[in-house]
Amino acid sequence: MAKVVAVTGNEACANALRQVNPDVCGIYPITPQTDMMQRFASYISDGKVDTESILVESEHSSMSACIGAAAAGGRVVTATSSQGLALMWEMLHIASGDRLPIVMPVVNRALSAPLNIHGDHSDAMGARDTGWIQIWSENAQESYDNVIQAFRIGEHMDIRLPVMVCLDGFIISHSIERMEYLEDQEVKDFVGPFRNFLPLLDLDKPKSYGPLILTDLYHEYKRAQHEIMTKVKDVVLNVAKDFEKLSGRKYGLFETYRLEDADIAIVILNSAAGTTKDVIDEFREKGIKAGLIKPRLFRPFPYEEMAEALKNTKAVCVMDRADSFGGYGPLFMEVSSALYPLGNRPLLTNKIYGLGGRDYLPSHAAQVLTELNQIAQSGKVSVLKEYIGVRE
Amino acid sequence: MATPLTLKELSKKEDRFTHGHRMCSGCGAPIVVKIALMATDYPVVISNATGCLEVSSCISEFTAWNVPWIHTAFENAAATLSGVETMYRSLRKQGKMDKDVKFIAFGGDGGTYDIGFQSLSGAMERGHDMIYICYDNGAYMNTGIQRSSATPLGADTTTCPAGSVIPGKLRSRKNLTKIMAAHDIPYVAQASPSHWQDLARKVQKAHEIKGPKFINVIAPCNRGWRSKTNDAIALSRLAVNTCYWPLYEIENGVTKITVTPKEKIPVAEFMKPQGRFKHLFAPENEDLLRQVQEEVDREWAKLQKEAKTD
Amino acid sequence: MKAKGWRDLPPGSVVLEGGSAVKFKTGSWRAFRPVWIEENCIQCLFCWIYCPDMAIKTKDGKRAEFDYDYCKGCGICALECPGKKGKKAIEMAEEGK
Repeated sequence: MAKVVAVTGNEACANALRQVNPDVCGIYPITPQTDMMQRFASYISDGKVDTESILVESEHSSMSACIGAAAAGGRVVTATSSQGLALMWEMLHIASGDRLPIVMPVVNRALSAPLNIHGDHSDAMGARDTGWIQIWSENAQESYDNVIQAFRIGEHMDIRLPVMVCLDGFIISHSIERMEYLEDQEVKDFVGPFRNFLPLLDLDKPKSYGPLILTDLYHEYKRAQHEIMTKVKDVVLNVAKDFEKLSGRKYGLFETYRLEDADIAIVILNSAAGTTKDVIDEFREKGIKAGLIKPRLFRPFPYEEMAEALKNTKAVCVMDRADSFGGYGPLFMEVSSALYPLGNRPLLTNKIYGLGGRDYLPSHAAQVLTELNQIAQSGKVSVLKEYIGVRE
Repeated sequence: MATPLTLKELSKKEDRFTHGHRMCSGCGAPIVVKIALMATDYPVVISNATGCLEVSSCISEFTAWNVPWIHTAFENAAATLSGVETMYRSLRKQGKMDKDVKFIAFGGDGGTYDIGFQSLSGAMERGHDMIYICYDNGAYMNTGIQRSSATPLGADTTTCPAGSVIPGKLRSRKNLTKIMAAHDIPYVAQASPSHWQDLARKVQKAHEIKGPKFINVIAPCNRGWRSKTNDAIALSRLAVNTCYWPLYEIENGVTKITVTPKEKIPVAEFMKPQGRFKHLFAPENEDLLRQVQEEVDREWAKLQKEAKTD
Repeated sequence: MKAKGWRDLPPGSVVLEGGSAVKFKTGSWRAFRPVWIEENCIQCLFCWIYCPDMAIKTKDGKRAEFDYDYCKGCGICALECPGKKGKKAIEMAEEGK
């Protein structure tokens, strides 16, 4: 029986981790994630989980310890944000290269300089090439659901890869919303017992993790790593099907909203999608056929499916809460890559919004949809990439 | 019942670190590793910082480690092992594992004194049940002999070369053994492969003590020290007999000198066979050479005093 | 040996066989070879403990022949050998001579 609660995103994730009951957890504070791991630490102190925590002295050591623990053979979690994820960067590649299914909620926050503790996607976007699976979440409910599904995805015997579950700093991590919890036993049964794969602590079969690989094989190892990523989409969809049976909540590679007959569409990640949907409803009422895609699986990116979903639109704006200075926003680059193989593709624009926690308002969505409508009619894009909600 | 620390008995044991590794001819590090690994009969799990030992002992499908071994990166052998050890504790607590297992991290001086220092300090403070063994060859040898904070005063390295204006390294090395002792961990020691039994005994003893342990072992590098391929043991013995590298242990805060040289000989005897100190024997560097000797004398006197008062 | 393709590699580059480096012979690195002169050997085993390459075979707690498949010829054994009555039990000889 589902239980309706009013909780923050951090609280929801901490509760999901409690229900999963991992063997080891790396803990290090960083705003806005801190509150998630301190809640989890209370579960440990109160004996509500079997987890052994490692209260590390940095995020670099956190990920290093998580890698050691996961290689040893067991279920491992940690969580981080922003500078913490940046400090882990080196180790993220090692977690995926070693094929270790660590699960890590990432409470998205801006990167320094200048220092800013508020929500944007620069941290996780900077980690998109690290070989981790990335799943993005609009609200506390999705964060909770995604954390639970992440274990099944990462630990799948065909996959064995680490998974980041992204949620917006403060906007989701610290806002209380109404959502539903599954029963502890339901989560336990859904996730299942941890299945070992090449555990270091198998003393009878001594293994070496982390060899030096030279020019003769490195290229082949990376090709093999790419291959694993090609299998992730199917696993994500199968796990989502099982999750729907359990929870009644449907998940895919991305969510579409009023997209079927849309002429214009916005592609946008995480919490800002909610605001955008409301504005799309307003435009629909005015007779403008607007729709939305909210990507869920960002790594691996579902290029073919995204192209299929957008192929009948006339104009699309990809909205990024992160920038690649001197380039386009990271989400834009993916969507434009997805659309390029199409013979007839929509016109594209890229808006950078909401950096460092700057509010994303309904008026911003309306501004974008109005412009898209004009582009759809005129067939012309005047400015391809621009910042919105910025003071001149 | 542990194997007695006699060569006869130890030679009957199976190698936990095998031949076929690709350390340079005459390297001191594998001698340290083999002695450390034969000093116990417990199952051991090893974590290894990036460095000479790591890149030479596990290449493609060839691993010299006949025990579970993990390398992740340069600065985190201690953090990585703290994860392995925590998983072991978690599994034991949950009744999923029953064997007694011991944990050892190996790192060079670059990976221990410098880039891995924070990770080491953190792991020791957290109290993980492990021994961290530093094989100290006094520079970043794997990348080609660059200065580390373990490089001795006056040494010539590729990043502090002895030039016409600057005569090599102008700073003394960091006393890491003492810094680790300041962590108030139950066991800290300094050892040398020349005194194999002292080294083996320290490792054996450390395994019997619960909590974090640190052992700093001198490991001559004939490439970086610019000496002969046959003198790793002779030089590490000179390091002990000159009191450049005193052999001692600090157990629960009590300092004990484990090997006192019969006759303390001038540090120049340790330095002369090494090309990295050659320039110090030129007349213009007399002062620097004197400074090296004074420093050894001062540290040795300090250590003797600590050992006595305790 | 045919080089492996990407489908044949162990997951995560984990080396599955402990001690597999024994298949990699390092004896060809040697420029000088140690020669054991058994009559001068007092079986102190210093050569064995100090050998960085585990290249001295032992049997029943006694040293046996050098393992030339792995010996890199560093000469530590010869230098550390105490010998008998001033005569070394290990001498270094140039390879190929």
